[in-house]
Amino acid sequence: MPSATSSQTIGPFWHLIEHPEWADLTRFGAAGLQVTLTGRVIDGDGNPVTDAAVELWQADPPVDDLFPAFGRSRTDEEGRFQFKTLKPGPVPGRGNAQQAPHFAITILARGLLKGLTTRAYFAGDPLNETDPLLSSIEDATRRATLLAKPEGAAGWRIDIRLQRGPHAETETVFLDV
Amino acid sequence: METTPFRAYQPGTQPPYDAPAYGSTHKRHPQERLVRLPHTITEISGPRFTAAQFPPIPDLSVVAGKAALGERIIVHGRITDEDGRPIPHTIVEIWQANASGRYQHPADQHAAPTDPNFRGEGRVYTDAEGWYRFTSIKPGAYPWRNHDNAWRPNHIHFSFFGSGFAQRLVTQMYFPGDPLLELDPIFLSVPDESARNRLVCRLDMTVTEAEWALGYRWDVVLRGRAATPMEG
Repeated sequence: MPSATSSQTIGPFWHLIEHPEWADLTRFGAAGLQVTLTGRVIDGDGNPVTDAAVELWQADPPVDDLFPAFGRSRTDEEGRFQFKTLKPGPVPGRGNAQQAPHFAITILARGLLKGLTTRAYFAGDPLNETDPLLSSIEDATRRATLLAKPEGAAGWRIDIRLQRGPHAETETVFLDV
Repeated sequence: METTPFRAYQPGTQPPYDAPAYGSTHKRHPQERLVRLPHTITEISGPRFTAAQFPPIPDLSVVAGKAALGERIIVHGRITDEDGRPIPHTIVEIWQANASGRYQHPADQHAAPTDPNFRGEGRVYTDAEGWYRFTSIKPGAYPWRNHDNAWRPNHIHFSFFGSGFAQRLVTQMYFPGDPLLELDPIFLSVPDESARNRLVCRLDMTVTEAEWALGYRWDVVLRGRAATPMEG
């Protein structure tokens, strides 16, 4: 059987399939604890990535007719993306492990021949201490790139650095999935 | 609920993040080693799109009853996984330049005409056997600023979701016999030549409609499942 088809970049003109409402995962009327996730995507020069598609997937709450569990946000001229969604709870890990609440995030953009996948956890959640992925990353500075910080009443903030920055800012942990 | 992780990609079939001939990768590719993540429910589950919430757009060649300029085409093909199992009822997103090589996009400043009758976006679903089909216009080649006198080959952008978030695929379909392919750093970024050439569709006279449109076939393969469930 043939192997999986090769990836190619989403390019700078993917906005032809952009529907801004997709960034609001509550738009079909799902009930639950609403949160926002915002942040900036930044390149190795410290410049904003202004043409990215940021995709969010969450395994909890489970997908149903009222909750797509998937969203897509453009980045704006400051590299900023924003999602409105429901706060996820913990989900099972492999074996008997439990995973701390998290979002799966994929960055697609010009200059990325294949998507870059990362996660956003919630800083301060006690389950983070035993999360299999977080606890596998020994470097605390790198681990911190996966933690969204609280911002306002129901807001969470996470910046995504595609490379180490010009002032030695830490590159986001990206995942080999 | 499916509980089996996806298998690893075959070496050489996927492009690298750092592709020096493609300038935009320079400041956008990670320099640290990616952290390997054995698949969990987060990676093996994925979104479900329905035609009710995300209505199909199967014809890009007409807007409000008026036909776009250019060479009308029908593109079809089958989506399977690496074990040959069809991917049924999955969404396929499509976008492309018009016949002149211009995107209906504010950032596209190529001095070629826009076409108000060309709809640059499409969206279809596979049937129960994994087949998809849509009608469009053959996209034109266009210049880009990667290097001196750089031109992209004719291509259509595709986005696939499959059945799990780790099966997601965004790629481009090319046309047979395009002399720009061997000059294109994006196409050439795939190291394995046979994998690269599978991005090229082929003329298909079985769907070509007489006096109407040329048919092309392009099959797509999404990652297969691994041999053992993740609890195993």
